[in-house]
Amino acid sequence: MIARLRPLLTLCGLLLLWQAVVTLFALPPYILPAPHRVALAMIEHAGLLLGEAAVTITEMLLGLLFGALLGCCAALGLLVSAAARRWLLPLLIASQAIPVFALAPLLVLWFGFGMASKIVMAMLVIFFPVAVALYDGLRRTDAGWLELARVMTGDAPQHRLRILLHVRLRAALPAFASGLKIAAAVAPIGAVIGEWVGASAGLGFRMLQANARVQTDLMFAALIVLALCAVALYAAVDALSRRMLRWQADSHASSHS
Amino acid sequence: MPLHSSLSPSPTPSAGFHLAGPAFAYGHHPVLAPFALDLAPGETVAILGTSGCGKSTLLRLLAGLLPGGSPALAGQVAWMAQQDLLLPWCSLLDNVLLGVRLRGEQPDTGRAMTLLGRLGLTDWADAFPATLSGGMRQRAALARTLMEDRPLVLMDEPFSSLDAITRAAMQSLASALLADRAVLLVTHDPAEACRMADRVFVMAGRPAQLKQIAVLEGPKPRDPLMPELLPALRAIHAALATTGAAT
Repeated sequence: MIARLRPLLTLCGLLLLWQAVVTLFALPPYILPAPHRVALAMIEHAGLLLGEAAVTITEMLLGLLFGALLGCCAALGLLVSAAARRWLLPLLIASQAIPVFALAPLLVLWFGFGMASKIVMAMLVIFFPVAVALYDGLRRTDAGWLELARVMTGDAPQHRLRILLHVRLRAALPAFASGLKIAAAVAPIGAVIGEWVGASAGLGFRMLQANARVQTDLMFAALIVLALCAVALYAAVDALSRRMLRWQADSHASSHS
Repeated sequence: MPLHSSLSPSPTPSAGFHLAGPAFAYGHHPVLAPFALDLAPGETVAILGTSGCGKSTLLRLLAGLLPGGSPALAGQVAWMAQQDLLLPWCSLLDNVLLGVRLRGEQPDTGRAMTLLGRLGLTDWADAFPATLSGGMRQRAALARTLMEDRPLVLMDEPFSSLDAITRAAMQSLASALLADRAVLLVTHDPAEACRMADRVFVMAGRPAQLKQIAVLEGPKPRDPLMPELLPALRAIHAALATTGAAT
């Protein structure tokens, strides 16, 4: 119970510190609004913020879905095809040196000001951690399990797909889950960068608008909603991966008892 | 390079196995000399040797796990390794049914449950392997091996990670349940050989050769402390000691 309250207490402490800074340095609201001003802005613009949040959440979720799918396909392709490993893997790794920021204007140019460019942006950010984590997991299957499977199937080619499904993919799930968690953490970055470069809706778009109009309290309110969305997304993916890896959680429980 | 090795088992498994193969090498390092070994149904042959002598290589070659290993035995072999190799995300029941699932056959849950019951694991059929002791996990691995229902069972030091008491119990259980199969058992434990085997070979040399050391009479599993077994036990120890000194 106390452990659950701890982050809440930390949050209260930070809010107090925030208020103290505002009072102590007599900062004007357009530089740093006091917490209660932000809370008021949140209530006043609740409808607007919810609408923008819906847009950003949709972008994040669709980016996560398509990015993860693309990452899985890439990992499987790399596992199955030696040619793909030779021709694509170095390029894939090198491509990560390109900052996604730099691509954002291009994506907006190609996919428009709507949601599509943000989803593609989020996909690009999400794809890599998922692909790398899953590919790593697929390569690290316990050699003993694969040998057992080969003896059981007589090494017949028509059973290889089942070995991939029942042994390799299942064994790679923990690695995939950690890749997916990283992806969930970076998904908001992709969506918001897209919105900053060119958009007509979304929390990132609203932050820029509020900033330009010196509505600093609204900007903070949008930022807090964005943070809540990001935390909720991460928590959801974390809960999903725990469910997926129930057998692993059980093994931890038994080793501690 | 492994020489082209064609293992030639006899066509009818019911008549037993004639296991033979040419020399085997890893690159330019000779590992195995040409070998020939007959195994009757219901017979257990133990192969002993120091670590790294090539006994595991022989077993893996027969299981078709090495390049140059032959598919001639494919579908006739069940494999039991030192690690239980239970899949941690599957219940014991699903682990026992793994071979059936991988071959896309209809799973016979009734038979799997019967096997788990014979190994005293009925109450743990739905449990994940991580929640079980080492002995129970190895019993589940034995159930999975029996579920495969193959005439030839290859065992690679299957009980060496267990404590002495559990190991003795497992040896007796395995010996009783595998009574009608041909079993090739690789081990480093002379007492295990005396408890479970009908014939004992020692593997030594480079390339390694098989040498028959003892023929053991009487029903299995035996008590390795029986006085009648003492000469065989001595002979095995002596053979292992000389090979140990030579390498």
